[in-house]
Amino acid sequence: MKTRRIDNYGKINRDKILSFRWDKKNYKGFEGDTLASALLANNIGIVGRSFKYHRPRGIFSSGVEESGALVTIGSKDRRDPNVRATTQELYNGLEASGQNAFPNVNFDLAGINNYLGRFFAAGFYYKTFMGIPPLEWGKGTAIWMFFEKFIRKAAGMGSASGLPDPDTYEHAHDFCDLIVVGSGPAGVAAAVEAAEKKLDVILVEQDSLIGGNQLAENDFDNSQIKNQLENLGIKIMTRTTAFGLYDNCVVGLLERVTDHISAPNVNIPRQRFWTIRAKHIIVGAGAIERHIAFNNNDIPGVMTVNASKHYLNRYGVLTGKRIVIATNNDSVYETAHQLSEAGANVTVLDSRTNFEIETNKSFEIRKGYVPYNINGSKKIDSLDISKSETINKSETINCDQVLLSGGWSPAVHLLSHRGVKPKWDYNNACFLPSDTKENITMVGSSRGLWNKNDCIASGIAGTTDALNRLGISKTNYFFPKPGGWKNPIQPLYEVKYKKSRSKSFVDYQHDVTTDDVRLAHREGFISVEHLKRYTTLGMANDQGKMGNIIGLSLMAELLNKEIPEVGTTVFRPPYTPISIGALSGRNVGKHFRPLRVTPMHQWNIDHGAKMIEVGLYQRPWYYPKENETLSDSYIREASTVRKTVGICDVTSLGKIAIQGPDSTEFLNRIYSNGFSKLQVGKARYGIMLRDDGIVMDDGTSWRLAENEYFMTTSTGEAAKVMSWLEELLQTRWTDLNVNVTSVSEQWAGVSVAGPKSREVLNNCVDDSLVITNNNLPFMGVTSTFLKGNIPCRIARISFSGELAFEVYVKSDFANTMMDLLWANAKKYDGCLYGLEALGALRVEKGHVTAAELDGRVTIDDAGLSKMASTKKSYIGSAMRKRGVLKNNDREILVGFFPTNLKETFNAGTIVCEKNNIKGQGIGRITSVTYSPELGHWIGLGFVKGGLDKWKDTNLVGADPVRNKQMDLKVVSPHMIDPKGERMYA
Amino acid sequence: MIRINCPYCGERDHSEFSYGGDATINYPSLDASEKEWTEAIFFRKNIKGFQFETWHHSNGCRMWLVVERSTVTHEIKSVKPCHPDLQRVVENNK
Repeated sequence: MKTRRIDNYGKINRDKILSFRWDKKNYKGFEGDTLASALLANNIGIVGRSFKYHRPRGIFSSGVEESGALVTIGSKDRRDPNVRATTQELYNGLEASGQNAFPNVNFDLAGINNYLGRFFAAGFYYKTFMGIPPLEWGKGTAIWMFFEKFIRKAAGMGSASGLPDPDTYEHAHDFCDLIVVGSGPAGVAAAVEAAEKKLDVILVEQDSLIGGNQLAENDFDNSQIKNQLENLGIKIMTRTTAFGLYDNCVVGLLERVTDHISAPNVNIPRQRFWTIRAKHIIVGAGAIERHIAFNNNDIPGVMTVNASKHYLNRYGVLTGKRIVIATNNDSVYETAHQLSEAGANVTVLDSRTNFEIETNKSFEIRKGYVPYNINGSKKIDSLDISKSETINKSETINCDQVLLSGGWSPAVHLLSHRGVKPKWDYNNACFLPSDTKENITMVGSSRGLWNKNDCIASGIAGTTDALNRLGISKTNYFFPKPGGWKNPIQPLYEVKYKKSRSKSFVDYQHDVTTDDVRLAHREGFISVEHLKRYTTLGMANDQGKMGNIIGLSLMAELLNKEIPEVGTTVFRPPYTPISIGALSGRNVGKHFRPLRVTPMHQWNIDHGAKMIEVGLYQRPWYYPKENETLSDSYIREASTVRKTVGICDVTSLGKIAIQGPDSTEFLNRIYSNGFSKLQVGKARYGIMLRDDGIVMDDGTSWRLAENEYFMTTSTGEAAKVMSWLEELLQTRWTDLNVNVTSVSEQWAGVSVAGPKSREVLNNCVDDSLVITNNNLPFMGVTSTFLKGNIPCRIARISFSGELAFEVYVKSDFANTMMDLLWANAKKYDGCLYGLEALGALRVEKGHVTAAELDGRVTIDDAGLSKMASTKKSYIGSAMRKRGVLKNNDREILVGFFPTNLKETFNAGTIVCEKNNIKGQGIGRITSVTYSPELGHWIGLGFVKGGLDKWKDTNLVGADPVRNKQMDLKVVSPHMIDPKGERMYA
Repeated sequence: MIRINCPYCGERDHSEFSYGGDATINYPSLDASEKEWTEAIFFRKNIKGFQFETWHHSNGCRMWLVVERSTVTHEIKSVKPCHPDLQRVVENNK
């Protein structure tokens, strides 16, 4: 094959020379080239090696359907594999290389696979990786798994860089009345018509230029069209692929912003992922030319006819010298004429015998002939041809290129995304889009129209359809009939090779041959969906854009059925591959999810806090003094709280204002314990159940006034509790006059805990009388002022088991409050404490958190039966009594000590009986800590039957993950101060 | 993307909303029997076609809505507030 640039052809800018590298050598191209056209202009025929057989592959097409010229672009962390050279615009300094070959695509050692082809037939993996009998009978496939990595290395495509992606990506959103996909004659006509009717229109084109397949015409100039569209105010988005259609006229777009620029501005994203919400969608996505299956139909030099026309008229590249065109339809003759005018020697093989076509006789037409076999391996030497009536080699034509046109497949993909099945059209041998009730209209050749005038008419009709459906007009319209060729197409999918060992490719992408389809049929994989998965027909980058119909037709023939009876596989988004980076957009690294901080976040850090993530929140974990480890630090902090006083940021707790005359009744229904008699100025700990009787959350509610409460929830369940309260008030108890408002962000909260906590607060409040034991007893609440006239709410609530207060101020006063409290706590040798010490303190007391209340635990399991009122009904009160939740065998909350007090254990340890260590055991440890008070490790957890059953038995803690085992004692969960004397002090 | 026409905020992406559940359940009174509660919370019809379901506009106005949606096509026929008082307000403002 000899491909070369020729003068006076193409729309490239010959004044602007671009240099690029292909497989480590320097070449030149022009502005306006794609990588594929530049490679062809430099007479590079082999650009890749095939997936399984490592056969040399060239450029098959000029568009998104390409499955041969898949190359790797860029290097290091910008290495991008499996890029279609046919759609990659050339830029100065572009670096590209071939894939799946060693050492290179011209000489590939794994080319040996071509001769081992019969071992790699369809289902190779399924049949091979079954375990090696008799070694692995019934045991699995460990031996094969060892070999797998070598085999996978041999078969495949390009490889990813494995490095973090240095580029940025963006998510963007837009709205419009009408989105038109495709800027061919139909799409443009539709967009113009709609804009003239005052619709807000977006026109999307995957190519860098608008025009669609007109770009392959020698006299086409898009500048006038572009002006017209711009003057009408149409938003034109080029280099943008509509990759998927979704519910309610939502369209997903991928805009390639900088993929064509050699040194992009770092402030511009590489790609934009658009979500467009339209009122109507018009799809003029065009049609894709098919190839024909015959022996060796993949040798470099094979191409679709339309691609050759593109290379000639758009890029000024003549793709062959002696060209044979094989066809079954009228669409090739203009190209044949132009190629011969450009200097090629052209022969057309037309499978049809009876037809009339007007030509200027500049090329030979062989009626009733089909291609039979290509001779050559890295390039085409000659073509054996056959009469179409009886298939057998009749003669050989010397040539360096074979162009194929087996018919055209309308791009119905986007409609298929909406679950609309295409219908088979016998006259045009293709699938056509079916009608849909959704606001989607197909126009142009994607509805099977082959003439430009028909396409334009269909575009206008499409917009009329849109206007009618949107209720703007009621105009009659009609679409031109599918087709438009003078002579009917003659179905031609495969020319069967007479000898064995044929390599007639149905789907180039994954080396699926006609023999593979026959094998699938013999082995019973006859449904199209099975055929696809067994042979991989229609998979990977090109998703069967060229080969699918050929595979279907073969299966139809084998089953003695028609193509529509065999069916078609469903196309799913994306239409063309999308980089993962574009999907994630800016949600990467520390922006992966939102970050929540408390108003005293910086204050905490400034005072030495190490932070930890709790849900979305950053919370103080521990406050190490110099050289302290985590465990040094939390043990010191927890001891200090028990000895004097500690201050802990508890702002992340959910906070809800509950207001209205029925607030008390509302709380009484949602909490399992009674709230009807809670006095103003008192708080109560409460437990909420779900409808099914399982614990949902716990927290406190403070009665601030007759009709006003302040509820706190756990950090993790705050959002859920808020939605739940709203649901109850808006859907079930619509007669209750209650309003709930989330005030989590409005209030900053700290816990001041320890025997000296009252003394610290005395120095911080305006009026120390309000916090005396009489005026503020345990669970008392007061609204008062901190020094400096700062309004605050104080409740005497203890999570640590010590005398303790929770103090809340408006978030803006958070730092002032911290300064005030900390200055006074220091006077009593107090400390700041974090989540780790908070955990140690609560485990010692047997207080449960999310680690225990994991959505499987009942109020009785948690040892809180006395929190379940018997005097009223509440959410979950009926269901918590159902049989399975009342079983004697339930796991009940207990405390654990290691029998040997010097031993440690971890959360997640499985509790088992001695000599019966297996499965899920009889319980589990959920939280552990070193107890400064007791001087050894302690745990909270659950065991079947609870403390009563096991208190005198030695149990075993099994921790197979950490390969640990220890003897355990079951104790009461209230491991220190069980009577709570300290809290009441 | 399903688009839901919130009576307060206007048409929005479904990603602003949280799915609730079957909107046709009449939850029994709190003192009802275990059997009645079991019926109400565990048994659901698997409807092919239009069904009434609740959605919470959790990233919007926080209204709970009854949405009549086809489980086959995602077509939405009607959206209204769950709360009858809010329904009345929406009706009066039409």
